[in-house]
Parts: sequence; C-alpha cells; structure tokens
Amino acid sequence: MTAPAHRVRRLEPAALAGVMSRDIVLFGRYWKATTFSSVVQPTIYLLAFGLGFGSLVSHVEHVRYVEYVGTGVVATAVLFSSAFPGMFNTFIRWKFQRTYDAMLAAPVDVEELITAEVLWISVRAGVYGVAPLIVAMAFGLSPSPGMLLVPFVGFVTGIGFASFGVLVAAIAKTIDNFNYVTSAVLTPLFLVAGTFFPITTLPQGVRYVAEANPLYHCVALVRDCSLGNLSAGDLSHAGVLILFAVLMWRIAVWQMEQKLID
Amino acid sequence: MPALRFGTATLLGAHGSCQSPRAASPGAAGSTSQTLSYTRAMAAAETHAISLRGVVKRFGPVTAVDGLDLEVPAGTCFGLLGPNGAGKSTTMRMLTGQARADAGEIRVLGHLLPGGSKQARIEMGVVPQLDNLDVELTTRQTLAVFARIYRVPGRERRDAVDRALQIANLTNRAETKVSELSGGMRRRLLIARGLIHAPRLVLLDEPTVGLDPQVRQELWGLIDRLRASGVTVLMSTHYIEEAERLADTVAVMSHGRIVALGKPEQVVRAEAGEQALEVYGPPDHLESVVRDAAEAGWRTRRSGPAVVIMRAELLDGKAPDGVRRPANLEDAFVMLTGEEIE
Ligand SMILES: Nc1ncnc2c1ncn2[C@@H]1O[C@H](COP(=O)(O)OP(=O)(O)OP(=O)(O)O)[C@@H](O)[C@H]1O
Ligand SMILES: [Mg+2]
Repeated sequence: MTAPAHRVRRLEPAALAGVMSRDIVLFGRYWKATTFSSVVQPTIYLLAFGLGFGSLVSHVEHVRYVEYVGTGVVATAVLFSSAFPGMFNTFIRWKFQRTYDAMLAAPVDVEELITAEVLWISVRAGVYGVAPLIVAMAFGLSPSPGMLLVPFVGFVTGIGFASFGVLVAAIAKTIDNFNYVTSAVLTPLFLVAGTFFPITTLPQGVRYVAEANPLYHCVALVRDCSLGNLSAGDLSHAGVLILFAVLMWRIAVWQMEQKLID
Repeated sequence: MPALRFGTATLLGAHGSCQSPRAASPGAAGSTSQTLSYTRAMAAAETHAISLRGVVKRFGPVTAVDGLDLEVPAGTCFGLLGPNGAGKSTTMRMLTGQARADAGEIRVLGHLLPGGSKQARIEMGVVPQLDNLDVELTTRQTLAVFARIYRVPGRERRDAVDRALQIANLTNRAETKVSELSGGMRRRLLIARGLIHAPRLVLLDEPTVGLDPQVRQELWGLIDRLRASGVTVLMSTHYIEEAERLADTVAVMSHGRIVALGKPEQVVRAEAGEQALEVYGPPDHLESVVRDAAEAGWRTRRSGPAVVIMRAELLDGKAPDGVRRPANLEDAFVMLTGEEIE
C-alpha cells in the first residue's frame, strides 16, 4: 500500500469535478430565483430603454433600437452574473463559511479550487446570458444562427469577470469594501460599453477608456453574432476577451494562493 | 439502548480506494532488482506515517512552530498535548499543506511536502479544530460532495456515504440541513466527513471538544477501532484522560517544540514520578504547605481546591496529611509546561 496509484498533476479533472459538485448541488436549490431574475432584468431594461427611449430613437447604427439594446444587455447580464458571484461567493465561502478551508485539507489545490469556481460561474453566465436575447425576441428581434455563438462569448467574458470578482474578494478586507468596486469600477464599465448608446458618441478621451473595457468587446461581439454582421474585425474583440479572461484567471489564482496558504 | 453508537459499521469496508493498486505502470515490470530496492526504500519511509525534521513556522513576530522534530509510526495513535498556542493546529495545517513551513522537512505517508502534498491528502482524512461544515448543504449532500472531492470511485460513492452516516450515527438525519443539526451532531458529521474515503492516516484536531461525555466515549471507541484496523491517528487534545486512554505515544508540545515524548506512563514516570499527594484545607493551611514544600525542595502545583505535592513516593515522614494517588499525565503536563489545563 505504498506506491502512488498515479502521479498527481495540476488542474486535475477529479478535483475540479469535486469542487463543482458542490456548486451543482446548491444550484438545485436556487435555480428558480436565478432564472427568474435573469429573465425579469432584461425585460425591464427592454421595457424602459427599448420602448421608452426607443420611442425617441428609432434606429442606432442602422439597427432598430430594441434590437440594439436587446443584444447589448447580454453583456450586462454576463457581467452581473459573473462579477458578483465571483466577489460574494468567494468571500463568504472563504471567510464566513470556511468551505475553502475544508476543501483545501482534501486533495484540492488553490488553483483547482479557484478554477472550478470560476468555470462554474462562467458556464452559468454563458447560459443565462442568452436570456436577454430570448426576451428581445418577444420584442421583435429575429432569431439568427449566429446567436448560437453567444453562450461561448458569454462564457469567455464570464471567466474574466468572475476571476476579477475573485481577485476583489482576495484583496478586500471586509465585504463592505465591495461597494467601492461596484460603484467605481463595475457601474462605469457597465455604462460605457456600448450597451445603450454607441461609444462613438463619447468624447475622445472617454472613448479610449471604453475601448479598453472588456465589456465593450463583449457587447460588440454579441451584437455582430446576433445580427449577422460578423467580420474579421470581430477577431480582435474575441482576442481581447480571451486575453482578459486568461490574465484575470491567473492573477486571481495567484492572489488567492497568497491568501489561502499561510 | 440502540441509539448513540458511533457506528459498529465496518469502518474500512469495500472501497479501499487508497489501498492503491500499486505500480500499474507498464514500465514497472522491467527490472526486478530495481523494483525490489524501490519497495525496500518505500517500506523504510512507510514505518513513519508522518515525519517532521527541524520544522519552523513563523507568523510575523510569532514563532508558532520552532524547530519541531516529530515522528509518528504507522498504525499507531499519537497524542499531541499542549497548552493554548503551543502550535498543535499549526503543525496539523502544515501536514495538510495549508501552511508552508519556513524551514525543515515534512513527509506525510512517504510523500515529501509541499510537492507531494496533494498525493498525501488523497490518502488522509482531516478533522479540523474549527467547524467548517457547509451550512447550505444537508448531511447527505455534505458527505456526497466530499466523497467526490476525495475521489471515491462513482459506483462506491453511495455505499461510502451510507457507511459514513452510520459511523456518525446520523442515518436518520441524512436529509437535515447542516445548519439545523445540534453541535454534537455537527461534530460527528465533521468526523464522518474526514473518514469518507477510508483514509490510512487521520488527523484529529481536538476531536471531542463540545461533545457530551457519552458521545465522547463513543468517539473514543471509534478511534480505537480505526487504529485496530491499521489506520494511523494523529490527535491533538486538551483532555489528558483522552490521551491517556487512546494514545500509544504522547508528545507534549510547548512553544512550538516537543518537550516530552513517550508512552503515556513513561512520560508520567519521567516528569511526575510515581505518586502525588493531594492536600486539602483552608487557604492559609495550603499556603503554608506550599511554603514548606518550597523550603524542602518539593515541587507543587494547584489543582482546583487542592495543593498537589509531586513525587510523593520520595517524601519521608515530614509530608503533610493528604490523599496519595498515582501520578497522572496531567501532573506531568503541568510540570512540563507550567500551565494548568482542563
Ligand atoms: N494564521 C495565523 N496568523 C497569525 N498567527 C497565527 C496563525 N495561526 C496560528 N497563529 C499563532 O501561532 C501560535 C500557535 O497557534 P496554534 O493554533 O497552532 O496553537 P494550538 O496549539 O493549536 O492552540 P489551541 O490549543 O488553542 O488550539 C499562536 O500564537 C497563534 O496565535
Ligand atoms: Mg489548536
């Protein structure tokens, strides 16, 4: 009973599956609430902006305003369903429930723990990111094959923002500090992403900021997929999102390793 | 009285997931002599389930573990005693890789840490000092999640969960949410969770804190059975009685080092002699007893309402009136660390 049955490696599927099995069990309990809010929220946006604002503005960038907002709000849904769980779940499970402490005493490394959590959040974000499109269809958006790519765009964007959330949780001293991030980072990102109005209307300086915003690239890519406007230019949007995802993931893992291992 | 049994269920049943089907690699068939020497080297490493050499762990200005040398023979129950802050939990956390040693060498089940930490964790179970159960899950879900995390193969998982429920005597609470369990039940679940994968090594950090006396007895029975089935147990405790009753070897820890080591009775003999004399009486009488003892060079300690004079077997006729009793581990412990414990 001595020789190891197999060499253990980094990022083992068994460890990822173990951590995710907990998320899946919990999801069985709260999926109704999640589904409800992910349908109601885009409905409200579409009612408020699409119909309210849309009566003033009929077309933006040659697209009916309802379609413009309906596709843009996908990114909003992805942002909020990845950054917030990244921040709050991580902090609560680490500091309050001490779940991570229990898992790290088992054969799970910090890298596996964080990766599994981020993967789960971003799969969910990718799936629920489609909800606004479905709602928008009720408002007249026509289905198109390119929409099948949208969950993947949501997934990659979700990795970036979920990891960003984990990073915030790693650094924040208390859960109240999340307010700084929500108001000073997430809200501006959400507003200057080309969701409700084109960033070309912004002053040049702010426009640079908007172009550095990963969410802007998510909005642009989702819109091009959904409205059948895919072109070579979308490769750069995809590139930015992938880069953002990988970068944030590595930084989040590295920071949590510092914090979770004494 | 059928209730309150820490399962008479077989602890180490069918799913021997860690009795590793060894060396299934195709290359292993190659050279017999090489395989032999490999086996012999592993066997040598295996005589100690845990070995620490010169291990140091600092937290800023605090040196929690200060050059610790410790060897836990495989298949034994090892008791770690020590006052608050002695470094017991820190030592346990280094064994699970949750704290990194600043210096020294740590081996667990033959795996050198930190590199071999995950492999070691596959083969060991941990019961932490602080409850870290998942309050959002039910009892059964907790065990099922950890069966997966501990890599119990799919078809054996259900049995493993059922067996763990039996061990913790929580079968009829399987569907209860953890947040609705009583304190003792949570403690039992915490222990069952650490045994879900039939580990070869179990770390128990103060396992019986908060258990009522009867459940504590049941847990002692469980630890006894674990050891009888060949599992190595490293247990930290404040309860002297627990260490005396269960441990093959005890180590007394103080300020991050081992200050005494041996079979419980050896440690008692060496540190506290054969007998202790307990003197009772009003406070001024006890004060004069302490004063006289100091003059005569006898060591004393307070124990509740009494003054205890150590090594009473060496006292001649001058000893005050009192009750003689055999020296115990608590006497030894207080002599060593200068601190009273529960
Ligand atoms: N994460 C940490 N950060 C800073 N100091 C720590 C940390 N963990 C432990 N310590 C310090 O290390 C020392 C040893 O603590 P440890 O928890 O190992 O003691 P212990 O023997 O388990 O005590 P107890 O019987 O009270 O559980 C203490 O001084 C403690 O304050
Ligand atoms: Mg402790």
